[in-house]
Amino acid sequence: MRYAETGYNLEIDLSRGNIERVETDPRLTELHLGGLGTNAKILWDRVPPEVEPFSPDNLLIFSAGLLCGTPAPGANRTIVSTISPQTLYMAFSMMGGFFAPELKYAGYDKVIIRGKSPNLVYLWINNDKVEIRDASHLQGKGAVETAELIRQELQEPNAQVAAIGLAGENRVYMASIEHSRSSASRLGIGAVMGDKGLKAIAVRGTKDINIARPAEVIEFCNEVLKYIPVRDSNPVPGVMPILAGLGSPKEMLIHDEQWHTENFMWGNARTRRKDFWTKDVEEKWKETQESVRTRLISCYNCPMKCGAIISVPGISTYMMKCFSKLTYTMAAYSDLDFGFRIAQRATEYGVDGFSTPQVMAFALELYEAGILTDQDFPGMPSDTEGRFYWLLDRIVRREGIGDILANGVYWAARQIGKGAEAYDHNTIKKHEQLPLKLSMLNPIYFLMWATGEKINITQIEGNFPQAPFETREEREEFVKDWIHVPHEKFKEYFLNWELRGENAFPYYPTVEATCEIVDWQETMHYIDDALGMCAGLSSFPLKPPYHIHNLPILISAAAGIEIDKAELWKIAKRNRTLIRAINVRRGLRRKDDRPPDNHWKKRFPELEAQLLDAYYELKGFNKEGIPTKESLHELGMDYISEDFEKRGILQNEQSEEESQGN
Amino acid sequence: MSKVKKKVKVIKIDLDKCNGCRACELICSAYHATPKYSSNNPARARIRLIREPLQDVYLPVYAGEYTAAECMGRDKYVIDGKEYDECAFCRASCPSRDAFKEPDSGLPLKCDMCEDEEEPLCVKWCINDALTYEEREEEVEEEAMLEEMETGLKSLIDKYGLENLVDTIARMSQKN
Repeated sequence: MRYAETGYNLEIDLSRGNIERVETDPRLTELHLGGLGTNAKILWDRVPPEVEPFSPDNLLIFSAGLLCGTPAPGANRTIVSTISPQTLYMAFSMMGGFFAPELKYAGYDKVIIRGKSPNLVYLWINNDKVEIRDASHLQGKGAVETAELIRQELQEPNAQVAAIGLAGENRVYMASIEHSRSSASRLGIGAVMGDKGLKAIAVRGTKDINIARPAEVIEFCNEVLKYIPVRDSNPVPGVMPILAGLGSPKEMLIHDEQWHTENFMWGNARTRRKDFWTKDVEEKWKETQESVRTRLISCYNCPMKCGAIISVPGISTYMMKCFSKLTYTMAAYSDLDFGFRIAQRATEYGVDGFSTPQVMAFALELYEAGILTDQDFPGMPSDTEGRFYWLLDRIVRREGIGDILANGVYWAARQIGKGAEAYDHNTIKKHEQLPLKLSMLNPIYFLMWATGEKINITQIEGNFPQAPFETREEREEFVKDWIHVPHEKFKEYFLNWELRGENAFPYYPTVEATCEIVDWQETMHYIDDALGMCAGLSSFPLKPPYHIHNLPILISAAAGIEIDKAELWKIAKRNRTLIRAINVRRGLRRKDDRPPDNHWKKRFPELEAQLLDAYYELKGFNKEGIPTKESLHELGMDYISEDFEKRGILQNEQSEEESQGN
Repeated sequence: MSKVKKKVKVIKIDLDKCNGCRACELICSAYHATPKYSSNNPARARIRLIREPLQDVYLPVYAGEYTAAECMGRDKYVIDGKEYDECAFCRASCPSRDAFKEPDSGLPLKCDMCEDEEEPLCVKWCINDALTYEEREEEVEEEAMLEEMETGLKSLIDKYGLENLVDTIARMSQKN
């Protein structure tokens, strides 16, 4: 018997209308756990670098994590993986909600989609009965609306639906996949779904997920549930409110937006407004938020309330989480009321709340600079809010200038030309980033921004405080119950870390310590993404209920795989290296591992080079950021170095030494 | 019949506090698995959360008594402008619907308040306190309660008829 997982994947070929239930190899679970790890293995094996994102041979994989459907609180994430049309690298957006557990209860760990349907279809998975159904009547419908229509049509209120809106249908590079209160938004995976002619997947499952050692798992979960309220009612002092507790940043609960509005940039990642958060603004925004937020809500089997139902009078109700509350507001230099209103339309269209506002702000900057003119914006209103709606409507339809903007800032800048490239100042690996422009280089964040394979900072950062605490006493207080560190030395790194002076940025933490801090944070995220565990209870907050010391116990008891801390760390490294390998095979090199030039005012090229060198070394990559033959061998992935050698990406050791000597 | 003291167990449901996570369903199914906690499947739960986020409907309902026949009519509530499904508040395992039946056998499910535990586990796992538990004592007339197996058999008799059931059991016991 298989534990925690079902042991079956669903293989769907949309070109031929073929559906197969395929048993998976339990050995792969031992090597990669599941979720992101096994997704990456499938993409490595089956999607060679010659395959374009919009080729029928590209795969779109919806995967539950290994622990989804078990009693582990917060294990509910769906990991969607494919090749991104925007970055041309592997994309692995994730979403919470209820989809992954339902898929497990239907009897599958993954749905693997290949081919392209000639007509718009949706997939209906009802336990063993799986159908490809016509979706022509859903064409152009909103993502939230589509989910409702499908549930009604199937007369199955308990079905969980993941759907694309108009943006996905039109292959917009920032198209998301929307589900319940969540979405898999980043890197254009909704565009790949649309390209495959797949409007939605609906799933209903009524089967069992088995547990290897039930009593141990329940005892573990009871402890987690006891810890959560204690931790949450003791916010970490000295940390901004949204990051002081558990869960993903509590944007739906908290009104105080001083930190975001005064530290993040407005417009096209352009203007910092240091005195923005006045009493007037605070009162007005608080009133706005309370008047539209009808309830705080959760994902499956999680007590945190990171999402909300938003009902703005006069427009349809929708669900929101986290930071999209401010992205439109700040890109348009507008207010929170506008943010809540436009986010409703954007959710129905199915677009990424990070990238989309930036693309629109970028377009308006080009207009102000005269690079784009009135001819490019026929009939555009004169007010900024009106312009944002106008642009959004055109982007998701790929109409006029919208057709170019739909490819994101990087590609649009190059298509427009005439100096537009200079306005692409906030992308990494062709993907729009959080609008942050800071002063002093932060070595930890430098490495995370530069090397993160997710190309999204919030999915890499986490367990180590983002900034030093003011006094030694505060730091000593903090480390007292900091049992989460993988090694005692992390406490020292933190205790000695100062806001100013020698032990401050950019030379402290030291290069070595910086690499270890990044490695720890990244490792926790890779574990979560294989387990389907929400980062909000694990890799994202300070002092979470799940950590490197207790996760091996949970995994062993739930899945019946005997692993310890060292083995779990190794699995995470294997998964991280595998994804790097997929991207290396698609051309990723050291030159691509860099944050935007203006991310910090004060840059230190020599230090940055040292940081990259040391990080690569720790990760088992060579100076070009390519996993070495030795490290691949250690991780049991000789098949990758063989492929690299065949393709000339890695030469044999002798010639490598020669080339370094030259 | 004589009077006896009876413990009345009450789960108090505060709809305003429900965050819609369905942990109640999950832990219920795990607790009632054999062996205990060995499997998870909310479809087997004796509580179900009727959840329509866009209408702000969050309604945990517990499985009550099995009934052989459906009511002569149905009810449909609208409260504060929110429309609930037909018979949404009813706890019966009833031929009119799939709710509160084992997904594979169709046998009825009934909440047993997790008899061996200090409090029902749905309450324990609802740390947002949408579900809370109270106990009190009442004097009631003694009455013979159907045991779990009898409830199951009764539903099978209602479904297939006594004669068919007896025949089937006889045939199965011969095979064994």
